[in-house]
Amino acid sequence: MTVTTVEVRSKKPLFGTVRVKRGFAKMQKGGVIMDVTNVEQAQIAEDAGAIAVMVLDKLPADVRVAGGVARMCDPKRIQEVIDHVTIPVMAKCRIGHYMEAKILEVLGVDMIDESEVLTPADDSHHIDKWKFTTPFVNGCRDLGEALRRIAEGASMIRTKGEAGTGNVAEAVKHMKLVMNKIRELRSMNEEQILDLSKEYKVSIELVKETAKLGRLPVVNFAAGGIATPADAALMMHLGADGVFVGSGIFKSKDPGVRAEATVIATTYWNDPKIVLEASKMIAEEKSMVGIDIKTLKPEQMMQIRGV
Amino acid sequence: MKLLRIGVLALQGDVSEHIDITDMAIREMGLEGEVVTVKREDQIDKVHGLIIPGGESTTIGRIAERYGLLSKIRDASSAGMPIFGTCAGLILMAKHVRDARTGKIDQPILGILDVEVVRNAFGRQRESFESYLEMPKIGKGRFPGVFIRAPAVSSVLSDEVEVLAIYEDKIAAVRQDNRIGIAFHPELTTDTRFHEFFIELILKSPFIERDSSKLEEENVHGRE
Repeated sequence: MTVTTVEVRSKKPLFGTVRVKRGFAKMQKGGVIMDVTNVEQAQIAEDAGAIAVMVLDKLPADVRVAGGVARMCDPKRIQEVIDHVTIPVMAKCRIGHYMEAKILEVLGVDMIDESEVLTPADDSHHIDKWKFTTPFVNGCRDLGEALRRIAEGASMIRTKGEAGTGNVAEAVKHMKLVMNKIRELRSMNEEQILDLSKEYKVSIELVKETAKLGRLPVVNFAAGGIATPADAALMMHLGADGVFVGSGIFKSKDPGVRAEATVIATTYWNDPKIVLEASKMIAEEKSMVGIDIKTLKPEQMMQIRGV
Repeated sequence: MKLLRIGVLALQGDVSEHIDITDMAIREMGLEGEVVTVKREDQIDKVHGLIIPGGESTTIGRIAERYGLLSKIRDASSAGMPIFGTCAGLILMAKHVRDARTGKIDQPILGILDVEVVRNAFGRQRESFESYLEMPKIGKGRFPGVFIRAPAVSSVLSDEVEVLAIYEDKIAAVRQDNRIGIAFHPELTTDTRFHEFFIELILKSPFIERDSSKLEEENVHGRE
């Protein structure tokens, strides 16, 4: 028996290290994180086997309808959920809104989503996430966005997709762009990698690490438009480590059973018989009404926020 | 001896990290063997030992119950199969479970370790930490301890249970016969000693004589 490294040098506990923050995201792998707006929905999610809940003031589909400025959820409501469920509780802050993120950290949420679903507070900067003990998840449309967010300290990445549409097409596009670029990266020479790091405005080390691993250095989930168990299984098939379901569950007319079916389809994504079984648990006429992305005006697209 | 085959319960959680470090441990020990994922109850018959990874115990427990894995693992355990659980794995193995904050006790578990476990015993993610532990029964020197929303053993319910590690007055690792449950994550480090300790248990157990040759190819795959 040999000990390769004595990795932890301090006898005092170290909080919020890269390993502890990225490790939290690793514990989420293979699971479903569900958007909820109150304690009742959070309990349904926990009972259905969600790995975590994301507490919002309004579901993304309702954010679309409501318009105006979408902000962080009322902390009192987040607190109620924290006091009620045993699984991790996440919440969203506006892009670049350091203070909303600090409030969420002090409140005790387990992960902060710096999210394009809310109205950005800063058009040109994201939060410096290295300054936080609480881990962050960020959205991306391609590898460049993913690596910039990781360089800013994100401990987990998700596709942006197009939230609140019930249309999985954008999430598919974003996941494929990330995966295909990583495949390309693996056959690049030093010069091409240097060029790419300049184009992405990230360090060459981060690009090299991604090339060497053949995947993002952090956990990579799918999000934005996932509405059915089949959608969740599709995203796993495309290489997602797990899925976020936003409006898909609680904007449907069968949330409890749909939540459970989505969890099953995510776990057994590579067993089509079980995905079929999960799909039979729900009724298509009870799915949320979807939006064709082509009918959205550019200013209605959430995914273009924060690149 | 049949080819050593170790299963990792792959319903949810840090499965690939366990596969990687178990592979490393097998190599460190100069053994030949393979690590496979277990998602269906019939796959339990094809492994010599089972690792239950970190993740969400409520999620893993519910799926495992639905697909007959809980009762199958319980049977395998009472027949002597070595089982090693980390974090969520410890919670699932315990006889009794309660959440530190909400007091909730209702979740599907295996009940194969005679201990009571408190979930989220060290607090929320903000309070998650890394430090080091000393575990003379496993090896010399320091062990890295990565605790993520970690549970702890709150009471030991049988004389058969041996305490392997204590951190800040909390029991962080126990062993009962060939069942090991620990609150932290050696799989997030490169220290293979805990996994080597588990493999030693497998090698000493009668389960190693099990014929694992019938395992279908489809079960031996990479990404989880």
